[in-house]
Amino acid sequence: MTRRLILVAAIVACASAMAQTRAIAPADLRSGITFAGDDVRAMQEDEFGNPGMLWVEKGARLWSEAAGSDGKSCASCHGDAKTAMRGVAARYPAYDRVQTRVVDLEAKIADCRTRHQRASPLARESDDLLALATYVAHQSRDLPIAVSIEGAAKASFERGRAFYYQRHGQMNLSCAQCHEQHWGKRLLRETMSQGHGNAFPAYRLEWQTLGSLQRRLRACLFGIRAEMPAEGATELTDLELFLAWRAQGLSIETPGVRR
Amino acid sequence: MNARRSLLRSFGALALVPWLPARAAEDVPDIPALKPMLGGRDVRWEKLKLTLPRLADNGFAVPMKLAMDGPFAPGPTVRTIHLFSETNPVPDMAAFEYPVPVERIEIDSRIRLAGTQHIVAVATMSDGTLYGAATEVVVTLAGCMDGT
Amino acid sequence: MADSRVAVPGKIVRGQPFEVRISIRHPMETGYRMDNAGKSIPRNVIRSFTCRYNGDLVFSAKLSSGIAANPYLRFFLTAADSGELVFEWVDDAGTRGSDHAAITVGG
Repeated sequence: MTRRLILVAAIVACASAMAQTRAIAPADLRSGITFAGDDVRAMQEDEFGNPGMLWVEKGARLWSEAAGSDGKSCASCHGDAKTAMRGVAARYPAYDRVQTRVVDLEAKIADCRTRHQRASPLARESDDLLALATYVAHQSRDLPIAVSIEGAAKASFERGRAFYYQRHGQMNLSCAQCHEQHWGKRLLRETMSQGHGNAFPAYRLEWQTLGSLQRRLRACLFGIRAEMPAEGATELTDLELFLAWRAQGLSIETPGVRR
Repeated sequence: MNARRSLLRSFGALALVPWLPARAAEDVPDIPALKPMLGGRDVRWEKLKLTLPRLADNGFAVPMKLAMDGPFAPGPTVRTIHLFSETNPVPDMAAFEYPVPVERIEIDSRIRLAGTQHIVAVATMSDGTLYGAATEVVVTLAGCMDGT
Repeated sequence: MADSRVAVPGKIVRGQPFEVRISIRHPMETGYRMDNAGKSIPRNVIRSFTCRYNGDLVFSAKLSSGIAANPYLRFFLTAADSGELVFEWVDDAGTRGSDHAAITVGG
């Protein structure tokens, strides 16, 4: 009886330890850009030539543009984004008291547009929302990711973690199998990254445009022949939170360039 | 004596032969779109530099550099540089034009490649001389499909 | 629609080639892609790009679907006097775009 109790106690201890420890040690954390080829890396580092900067500039314009029935712009309430938005993207996804759920940056901005600016809603992958999200995230460039998984965010985090380690799709693969067990190894001619989202929204060459992290996650699920959750689905936000927690130690790189 | 003199003479002749260009005309792929542009003229496979990665990260955006070292003036200057693709559905990729001569000929852009192929660039000088460069790029498909 | 970025050096030396960079937001739609309903997306690429210096055409490019989406161009020009560079482009749909940059020439 005592032996079983000890065993159960040990399992419980391990389980709670797993909640705190990460599969990739902080010293081994690497941004996706370190797995990219020379050309992709050069494109991201080129301050002018980085195609994502076209969306940053569009976002800057939209930031100061009046929208909605009250004629308010983002700047009307927030002022200069360079100061007001610095550090914001690094905290997302986060629990939003108003929406009473964990939201990612795109959902927060979209909510602000309808709730505070009383402007028409922006669809998730719409160009305007991407531009604003990229612009806002860009203000946190080089800042370390710092998300909270405590309190009201805890349930979302646990769901995201469960999703990450769960096998999905026809190929019956979990995220962990590629991005934790086999990162650094080849998949056809590509080197598998650790699967962090710190550079998103990012310009993906395969898309020939810029897109959100949720789009990238949906694409990944498509790749393993799994059903893609709808854009903005809770599972995707939960997963984003888990990924952000997992990427702590890395900094925001938005706008990233990825193949 | 006679044999040695004739041998020396032939070595001397060799020294006068201009250094062979890195690319011989036979190495260049046969691109039909190229012929009308050339109009039967010869291409000198030298001086013009076409830089592309040996292996593209993604065929949708491949960094390309064209360059030609001067000085040009008062001699012939670069008027146009044409870019041709071996296997793209549209072989005539681009034409860059200098209506006003510039001493620094250097163009960077990003091209789209529908698979592994040769790319050929031809520069037309103000006196009609043609310089060419060709290179091969390997393009692979993405590891995973993206349905978004 | 014309989203673009232009970069020229702050100070340009008379007669010395200087770098010009432009990045244009444009899908350069090849005409070979299909939407999710299986319908072909019509071709729409920037065909013609021109750069004028104080009104004179100094550089131009004829482009095609072989140029990547959101085209990037870097090239060199020389200038004798301060003035303005005007960039213009037209795509298959007939939509025109433009951008400009002031240049300061000294020495």
